[in-house]
Amino acid sequence: MTTIPAPLETVLADFDFVDRAERIELLIEAADRFEEVPPRIAERPFSEENHVQHCESEAYVWAEDNPDGTLKFFFAVENPQGISAKSWAVIMDETLSGQPLEQVAAVDAQTVFRIYGKDLSMGKGQGLTGMLSHVTHAARLRLDARRTASARS
Amino acid sequence: MTSPTAAIEDRGYAHPDVLVSTDWVAAHLTDPGVRIVESNEDQLLYPSGHIPGAVQVDWAADLNDQVRRDYLSKAGFEALMSRIGVTRDTTVVFYGDKNNWWATYAFWVFQLFGHTNAKVMDGGRLKWEQEGREMTREVPSYPATSYTAPERDDSTERIFRDEVLRYQAAGKQLVDVRSPGEFSGEVTHMAGYPQEGVLRGGHIPGAKSVPWSRAANTDDGTYKSADELRAIYEQEQGINGKDEVVTYCRIGERSSHTWFALKYLLGYPNVRNYDGSWTEWGNSVNVPVEK
Repeated sequence: MTTIPAPLETVLADFDFVDRAERIELLIEAADRFEEVPPRIAERPFSEENHVQHCESEAYVWAEDNPDGTLKFFFAVENPQGISAKSWAVIMDETLSGQPLEQVAAVDAQTVFRIYGKDLSMGKGQGLTGMLSHVTHAARLRLDARRTASARS
Repeated sequence: MTSPTAAIEDRGYAHPDVLVSTDWVAAHLTDPGVRIVESNEDQLLYPSGHIPGAVQVDWAADLNDQVRRDYLSKAGFEALMSRIGVTRDTTVVFYGDKNNWWATYAFWVFQLFGHTNAKVMDGGRLKWEQEGREMTREVPSYPATSYTAPERDDSTERIFRDEVLRYQAAGKQLVDVRSPGEFSGEVTHMAGYPQEGVLRGGHIPGAKSVPWSRAANTDDGTYKSADELRAIYEQEQGINGKDEVVTYCRIGERSSHTWFALKYLLGYPNVRNYDGSWTEWGNSVNVPVEK
């Protein structure tokens, strides 16, 4: 059974009942917690394979394997005005890192709009869903590798 | 050729007083006769930090009518001015993200209500940030004012579709400020803005293609000098500054940036912004389209 990762479900519940000002406050609080990818994972110039296409905030995404088989996600946002991208990076790290890969791989792009609201219509949606795609793609790659390995054993 | 970093008064503009530098704004932060207004596309930017004392005017929440595709009414504008503590004598200085697209758009809407005591901060928010100047999250509050606006004037700075049809048929000057791919009809929305697509791609027949960004210096988003602007619009594109010019883009925000350059920096006497722009034209039935 695939369900939404529990931490993400909690965050979505928070965002479902906020007004515009509260939404902005929550997102800015999230952006304030942003920590850039550590040097042990990546250093500039960052690799193009980690670069999110169509994201004007110049976002990058990395995934590191945890010992328990889950993934830990890391991000960089090169545009100093990329507040939305930073907040989304923090929310994804806090809600998807360490979660079951099946659930991470199945996170829907509509999640972005539930969190950012209808005002997202201008331009940001594509970049933020692009960041999510990198995360879900990383989870799918690990799952595919596992399936291949178990088929061989 | 004038250096891109030349002082505003040395760039040969027709009306240099409408553009102010970040230095000027820094020197007027506590001037009671000045209200600094941030207008952005990204709703998170102002609350995440802004110029001390600046208020926010949001294009979607404050300037647009919330039901019709139109701008706020006279009463709405008066209420907005009261809320941000502006009188008719207050000098309003706009700045914002995206190379001042929304700042010049807000400036343009203010002109529909005749608030001519208005300026734009050259280079916008990015330049202020790049210079490491002070930012705050403190949202200021100003005493409410009593502001009486005239009825909105939709004829001097603004033009509607039906008039654009007649205008185009008469072979008059149009400047399309969208990207080359949007102008050619290769794409039906701007990169990154898929929700604002249209049914038909291309441009209004006869329009000259001058992407808005050509008016700005790439390093800091400031406007180019008058000589550089004339080289683009007049020498290269053959725009005649004496006759009418209409600018348009997708919804009217990028074209406000060019409208500002043509009207104030080059001093063209009759420049109007077609805010219906391509999201109206490209979805209209039986209007001429060129690819």
